[in-house]
Formats: sequence, C-alpha cells, structure tokens
Amino acid sequence: MEKLKYALFTGCTAKQSTPEQMMSTMAVAEKLGIELVELTEASCCGASHLQDYDDFLSLVLNARNIAYAEKHGLTMVTICNTCQLNTAMTKHRLDKDADLKARVNEKLAEVGLEYKGTSQITHFLYAIIDDIGLDKVKEMVVTPLSQFNIAPFYGCHNIRPSELQNETHKTPENPYNPTSLDDLIIACGGETVDYEEKNKCCGFHVELQAPHTSAVLAGKAVAGAMDGNADWIVTPCPLCHLKLDTQTDHLSKAVGRDVALPVLHMQQMIGLALGCSKEELGLKHHVETVDFV
Amino acid sequence: MSTNTITTQKVNFKVFRFNADEDYLPYYENYDMEVTSEEVVLDILNRIKWDHDGSFSYRRSCRHGICGACGIKVNGKPTLACKESMTNMIELFGNELVIEPQSKKRAVKDMIIDKGDFWEKHDAVKPYLISDIDENPENEHLVTPEEADRLDDADLCIQCGACHYACPVVEVNEDFFGPAAFAKAYRFEIDVRDEAHDTRLQDLHAEKQGLWDCVKCFECAEACPKDVNPIDKITKLHQRLFTEGVATSNVATRHAVGFKHSIAKNGVLDEGGMVLYSERAAVVKHIPLAFNMFKKGKIVPPWGITKSENLDEIQKLVKSSSTAKF
Repeated sequence: MEKLKYALFTGCTAKQSTPEQMMSTMAVAEKLGIELVELTEASCCGASHLQDYDDFLSLVLNARNIAYAEKHGLTMVTICNTCQLNTAMTKHRLDKDADLKARVNEKLAEVGLEYKGTSQITHFLYAIIDDIGLDKVKEMVVTPLSQFNIAPFYGCHNIRPSELQNETHKTPENPYNPTSLDDLIIACGGETVDYEEKNKCCGFHVELQAPHTSAVLAGKAVAGAMDGNADWIVTPCPLCHLKLDTQTDHLSKAVGRDVALPVLHMQQMIGLALGCSKEELGLKHHVETVDFV
Repeated sequence: MSTNTITTQKVNFKVFRFNADEDYLPYYENYDMEVTSEEVVLDILNRIKWDHDGSFSYRRSCRHGICGACGIKVNGKPTLACKESMTNMIELFGNELVIEPQSKKRAVKDMIIDKGDFWEKHDAVKPYLISDIDENPENEHLVTPEEADRLDDADLCIQCGACHYACPVVEVNEDFFGPAAFAKAYRFEIDVRDEAHDTRLQDLHAEKQGLWDCVKCFECAEACPKDVNPIDKITKLHQRLFTEGVATSNVATRHAVGFKHSIAKNGVLDEGGMVLYSERAAVVKHIPLAFNMFKKGKIVPPWGITKSENLDEIQKLVKSSSTAKF
C-alpha cells in the first residue's frame, strides 16, 4: 500500500497549551506509517469566535489555510474539533456558493493564492478510521489497554453539525449515537464506558464570559465518566482536554462533588496501545497526573 | 427503507412516568410492543395510552408536524413524535428505546412539561414587528423576495421547544434566552419593516441572558425538526451587534475581536495574550490556573510563540478583508 500522506493543520493549542498533543500526533503517525506535512503557513481558524465578529475575514483566512493544503495536493488533517468545524464549514460554504467563493478568491489573489475546493478536510480520528481502518490498528496493537475502562468524550465540533459529517466521512456518524471513539477504544483493547455526557458539550467556549456554565458542563462530564467507573477519559479535541483536565478544582466546586480524571488525547491512547513511550506521548504535560503508565 | 412491504419488529420501550400530584420521584415503565415499519413515534404513544395505560399523558394535536405540541426525547434525541419514523429510531438506537419528556426536571405528568420558561423567554425578545404603522396607508408596504430571503427560514419555527430543551445552557442558566428565542428575535430583527433598531439587540447583548452565553455546541441545529438552524441565527445576531454598533466592550466582545488582533500579530493565536486582552485587570483570577499549567509546560510566553510562516500574507488579508469594526 502507498504511504498515506496528509497536510497537517496543527491549530494553535498543539503548539502552546497542549504540547503533548503535537508530540503524540507525530509519534502515532510514525507508528502507523503516515507522513504528515505540517502547514506552517496556516493561521488560527478563528475558533468560532472571530466568526462572531467578522464572518468574511474568517472565511478568507480559513480558505487561505485550505489553499496551502491544495498546493500540496493533499487532504488536510486537523487535530482539533474546532479547527475541523471552522475549516470544513468554510469549505462547505465556498463549495456551494460560487459568488462567495469568487469574493474570497478575489482577496486571496492579492497574495497569489486561490481556493479551489480540491482538498478534503478530515479530523485525524476519522483519517485513521477511514483510511487505515480499525482492523489494521488492532493488528498493530502491542500493549492492549485491556485493564482500563475508558470514557470516550467526543466533543461537539466533530459530530455536530451532522451535515459536515455527512459530507466528510465514508461512514458518517450520528451525533446522538456516535461510535468512532468507542470503536477506537475497543481496537486498542480497552473497555468503553457508556455515559450520558459522552456526546455533550464541555463548555470550553464560554469559559471567560460564563465561567459557571462552563464549569458545570465540564464537571458533569467528568462526573458522568466517573460514575461509569472510568479510569480515564479520552478525547479527540484539545479544547475539551483543556477544559476537563486543567481546572478540576473549579469543576468540583461547580458540581458540588470532587471530580477529577486523567484526560488523554486520542493520539496518546493509540500511542500507548502501539507501544510508544510515555516520553514520546508527553504524558508529563497533564495537570491531572497520568500515573498509570 | 425503500421497500413497500410492511415489516414488524419487537421493541422494548422504557417510558418515563411521573405525576407531579402523586409521585415523589419519576419511574420508568416497560412496554414490549411489535412495531411496524410505517409507524411514527406518536403511534407508539397512542398505543401505550389506548392499549396499556389510559392514564399515560402527552400532548398531541395536528399530527402533521405543524402545531409543535408533541415534542419529546427518544434516547436523548429531541423528537417531534408525529414526524419521526420508528424505522429511523430503531436503525439509530436498536430495539431498546427510552421515551422521555423534553425536560425531565420540568415534567408535570409523563411527557407533559411545564413550558412556561420557553414562553417567558420567547416573549422577552419582543417577538413581533415594532413599527409605526400608518393606519390609512396609501400603498402597501412591499417586501422584495430578496428581503424575504434574509429571514433564512427563521419564520418556519413551530415553537415545539426541541432546541430550547436540547440547549445545555438553558439547563444550567435559567436567565439564558435560549436558541428558540434567539431565532425568533432574528426573524424580526432582520425584517425590513421592523423599526426596533437597537432596543431588541441591547437585550440580546446582555450578560447571562444574551447571545454571549451560547456554548456553540450545535445541539439546537440538530434538534430542530424544521431546519431553522438556530445557531446560525445566533452567529448572525452576534455579527449584527457589531455592525449595528450595539456591542459594548466586555470580556466576550473583546474575546471575539481579540482573535483578529492576535492573528494580525502572529498568524496563530497567542493564548495567554488573548486571555489578558479579553479579561484586562480581571486576568488575575486566572493566575492559579496559569501557574498549574505553567508547571506542566502548558504555557508558552509571548516571545516563545512560533509565528505563522508568510505572516505578511495574513497581515495583508486581515487589512483588506476585514468587514467589521469595533
């Protein structure tokens, strides 16, 4: 089989507050035989906040990022749910609206770029599932995670809105009953935890303006995982990771009980199963200590 | 299924039961039923009442997806009972289905909830045309098809409450207007005949109740049986706060605008700088968290940030493509 090659849009957190996510992405890609070409020219996706202020500017910036993936002739892979949403939503809107696409391209022409719509955009989780396949991942597992109950936390922007799922993936999943992360846990040899909050919101996006709402949503998610007897949580989104991992004292206060669990990135979970070392996976960069490795 | 033959399947229904007048706590009743492929969820509710327990209570009326009365949840999925096919439900969730009201904490009797909060929020956004009407007009007030298109299906809302009770913020913050009220506000805000100007928008800008508390989870977009897409309207109202000059400087508006400044400076986001820009002096409350993150190597100082390559392109585009001012 030809080596899989993608253009990697790292997003901002992988280079700042979640260095472990960047490390584990590269470690796992190597194990899986995936070549990642980092889009070092890319800007921030606007994180759904720039979009509240200046919609057109956010479209132009995201179209520019995609244009660089197109220049490489590669599918763009994201490693953050919100990057995935904003990039895929830009593609969705430009591909169905020729006028808008022309207006965006008029701006991109000023810097010698063009958005064509030739690159697909997919989150790393779905690239692994769709292009490598979970059977292959299962074959490669050297350290099955069979002693762990693992709670999947999907994160909103990978599963909603479902129109983007339907456009992007071979087997689109339903936001009310997602299965990708559960299937990945099983492929890695782990036991999945079913709990009500697994496809709910972590509250990250209102952390500054509505800290109580944000903390209650995150606190309920961790509590749900704990009540399901989870040893740890796994998520494909670094923003969910930050919300659930870094401030459990706030979350505990908000929900009136002690809540805390290690929160691993899905790349770290795969890495553990494929035999990567804890140094390669950056496990020391967690606020909730990962002490089981 | 595209077959013309009617098939049947055995389904176990776990049905939420509660009578506020008699029960201390709700409980779930089990019903095993043969379900045919042409039935909708409302048929099941009817059969529970007619064949099993006459006291089972739910709202229903038009049976054509127009009155919005029969909203419930099936396995957590907001559902208009008269519109949702049982075949879809079984395909999605299997043969064990949990039937619950839209909001368990607002349950009065079985599927019937007290929807008072929904209507209170709906009324609070001035859901009507505000206009100085000439009672003896010489001409009709023409609205062009293009102007009507700007409503963008916001007028299709049937007030079923599916989005409102799917919204996690409504669940946590009782002041929050919620997605249905926002979509309704948009419907009038964007109407060319409306003259409310910024009076409606100012209410929507208010902290705790207003737009800025939306968590951007897209639950409302998924829940809506009429494809009103409330979060799309919420985003457009956010933008309108800026274009109409209603937005004032607060932590949320500075957070949105701060992205532009950060991108213009580095291409990528300066995460710490963004919190400082948004919070100003209140940034001190984040110091304990920042310290914990710093100890784990999760904070990069401003001078350590790797800027985007070809930053000049980004800066040029920020300058030439900006459409909003603050």
